[in-house]
Amino acid sequence: MLNPSPETDVVRIESLSFAYDTRPILHEVSLRIPRGKVVAIMGASGCGKTTLLRMIGGSIRPTAGVARVFGVDTTQLDTAGLYRMRRRMGMLFQFGALFTDMSVYDNVAFALREHTALPESAIRDLVLMKLDAVGLRGVAHAMPSSLSGGMARRVALARTVALDPALIMYDEPFAGLDPISLGVIARLIRRLNDALGATSIIVTHDVEESLQIVDYIYFVSGGRIIAEGTAEAVRASGVPYVRQFVRGETDGPVPFHYPAADYWSDLAVPKAA
Amino acid sequence: MNRSMIDLWVGVFVAMGLIALLFLSLKVGNLASFSTAESYQIQANFANIGGLKVRAPIKSAGVVVGRVTDVRFDNESFEAVVTLNIDSRFQFPKDTAAKILTSGLLGEQYIGLEAGGDPTMIKNGDRLKLTQSAVVLENLISQFMFNKAQEGKDSK
Amino acid sequence: MNAIRHTLTQLGNAVTRRLTRLGVASRFFIYLLWHSGTAFQRFRLTIREVYFAGVLSLIIILVSGLFVGMVLGLQGYDTLQRYGSSEALGVLVALSLVRELGPVVAGLLFASRAGSAITAEIGLMKATEQISAMEMMAVDPIARVVAPRFWAGVISMPLLAALFSAMGIFGGYLVGVQLIGVDPGAFWSQMQAAVDIRQDVMNGVIKSVVFGIAVTWIAVFEGYDAPPTAEGVSGATTRTVVTGSLAILALDFMLTALMFTGGNAK
Repeated sequence: MLNPSPETDVVRIESLSFAYDTRPILHEVSLRIPRGKVVAIMGASGCGKTTLLRMIGGSIRPTAGVARVFGVDTTQLDTAGLYRMRRRMGMLFQFGALFTDMSVYDNVAFALREHTALPESAIRDLVLMKLDAVGLRGVAHAMPSSLSGGMARRVALARTVALDPALIMYDEPFAGLDPISLGVIARLIRRLNDALGATSIIVTHDVEESLQIVDYIYFVSGGRIIAEGTAEAVRASGVPYVRQFVRGETDGPVPFHYPAADYWSDLAVPKAA
Repeated sequence: MNRSMIDLWVGVFVAMGLIALLFLSLKVGNLASFSTAESYQIQANFANIGGLKVRAPIKSAGVVVGRVTDVRFDNESFEAVVTLNIDSRFQFPKDTAAKILTSGLLGEQYIGLEAGGDPTMIKNGDRLKLTQSAVVLENLISQFMFNKAQEGKDSK
Repeated sequence: MNAIRHTLTQLGNAVTRRLTRLGVASRFFIYLLWHSGTAFQRFRLTIREVYFAGVLSLIIILVSGLFVGMVLGLQGYDTLQRYGSSEALGVLVALSLVRELGPVVAGLLFASRAGSAITAEIGLMKATEQISAMEMMAVDPIARVVAPRFWAGVISMPLLAALFSAMGIFGGYLVGVQLIGVDPGAFWSQMQAAVDIRQDVMNGVIKSVVFGIAVTWIAVFEGYDAPPTAEGVSGATTRTVVTGSLAILALDFMLTALMFTGGNAK
C-alpha cells in the first residue's frame, strides 16, 4: 500500500457501482489516490475507466457507493457544491476540447476570467506563464484549428492548470499522438504535477509511456479493479490479464475472438465428412 | 474578425433595424395620426347597421373625426347601439345627425356626422337622436323590383 | 387485432416520447431563463452572438425582402387594376408585409440561416467535449454558451423582421410607383390611412418577438440535446429547421386568430 493514513488521500472511492440503464459498467470499485502522486487507471477500451474519472469529477452520479474528493462526498453534492469543488480540479479531455471559437490565449485565460477578478495585465502574465510551461508561448494568438494534435493537447494542458488545481485528471492524454508529442505530454504531466504540488489521475491504455511517469497503477477490467501496484510490480505481475495488457499479446484472458456462433456453421460450408 | 469590427457591425445592424421600425411606424403606419389625445364618447341607435364594424371611421364633411369603439344590440328597443369615440378637438351640436354610409359602391361602411344648428354642444355620454340606418342592398333591390312590378300592373 | 394493438402501441409511444421531449425542453427553457444573468451582465458575450445571428443574416433578409415586395407589387397591381383600385397597392403591400410576410418569412429565413448555425455550433461544442470541459472548469455552459445565443436571437429577430418589411415595402414602391406608375401620393397616403400602428405594426413586432423566442429556443435546445456524434449534430440541425419552421407557421396562425379577428378587418 502506498500510504496508510487516509487524511492524505485526495480521492477515496469506496465500493462504487454504476450501471448505464441496466448494463453494469462498474462493480464495487474501491481505490485511493494519495496527495502528490501521479496515479494511472489502466484498462482496455470500454472497461469503465473513463466513467470512473467522470464520477470523480461529479459529472456522472454512481448508482451506489461513495466517492470522496478532498474529503467531500461528490455523490451528495448539488450543482453549486460541485462547481465549488471543480474550481480545485483540472481535467484534460481526450482530444483537448479547446474552445474552437477562441484563440489559444483566450482559451487559457478562460477560467481566469470566469473565476477571478484579476486585471487583464495579471491575466496576461499568468496565461503567458502557463503557455511557456508547455512551450507554446509562441502560438498565443493562433486559433486552435491551426494547431497540430500534439500542440492542441499541450494548450489544453496549459488551460487545465490555469487555476493551479490541486487535482488534475487526464482522460486518455496520449491518444492519437505521435511519439514525440507523446513523450512531451508525458513529461509535462509529471513535471506540472510536481511543480504545482498537485495530484494527478491518468486514465489511459498506453502502457509504456505511463509506466515511466506514474507512481501507482490500478488495472480495471470488466468494471472491477483486478490488479494494482507500482510500475515495477505491474511489469513483474503474474496476473494473466495484466501480463497480456502490458506485453500487448493478442491472445490471453482477453480472447482474440469475440464470442460468436460456430465458425463452420456461420460460413454455411458443409463440414468435411 | 476582431472585437471592434464585431461591435461596429452589430451597431450598424441595430441602427438599421431601429430605422426600419421607425419607417414602419412613421411612413407606413401613421404614428402622427395615432393620438392618445382626449376623446369623448357618444352613442347612437340604428335600426340597421348593415356591415358596420368596430374601428370603422367616423367622418364629418369627409374628415375622420373618430372611430366606432363598440357595437351592441339593445334587447329592449331591438336596435343596434353604436358607441362613437370622437376626438375632443371636434365638437358637434346636439342635433347632429348620424348616418351609416358606404365609401364607394361596395366599399367599407363608416358613420357620417352632419352637424345641425343647435347652439348647445354634445357632451360625453350623450345620445344622438337623429340617425339614419345603413342602406341594405337587398332591400333596395326588392323595392326596385316591387316598383317595377307595380308599374307593369298600372300600365296594363 | 394484433396489428391494431401494435399501431396503437406505436402511437402511444410516439406521443409519450414527444411529450417527454417537450417537458425536457420546457425545463431547459426555464433553467435557461433563470441563468440568463451572465448574458446581460457581460453583454459583450451577447453582442458577439448578435453578430453571428443577426448581422450575418442581413444579406439574405434584405434581398429576400426586396424581392418579396417586388413580387407583391406586380401581383397586387395585376389584381387591383381589374377593380380599378390600383392606388390601394400600397395598402396591400404594406399590410401583407407588416402583418404576415415580414415576421413569417423573416422567421423562416432566420430558422434556416441562424437557427441551424446555432444548433450546429452548440452540437459540435458538445461533440468535441467543449461543453463538458466548461462544466469541469466550473462554468455553467447554459449561462455561458446557451443564454447569450438565445438572447441574441430574441434581439435580432424583430429587427430582421422590421428590415424585411421595410425592404419589401421599398420593393413594392419600386415596382408599383417607379416601374408601373401608380401615383406615389396615393400609394403612401392610402397606406398610411390603412396601416394602424397598434393593430398592424405593433402586432407584427409582437409576432416577430414570439417567433424569435420560439426559433432560438428550439435551436439552442436541439444543439444542447444533440447526441455527440456527426449524425447526431446533423440530425439536430435538420430538426431545428423543420421544427422551427412548423412552430412559426402554427404560432402565426394562433397569433393571427388572437390579434386580428376581434377588430375591423381593415
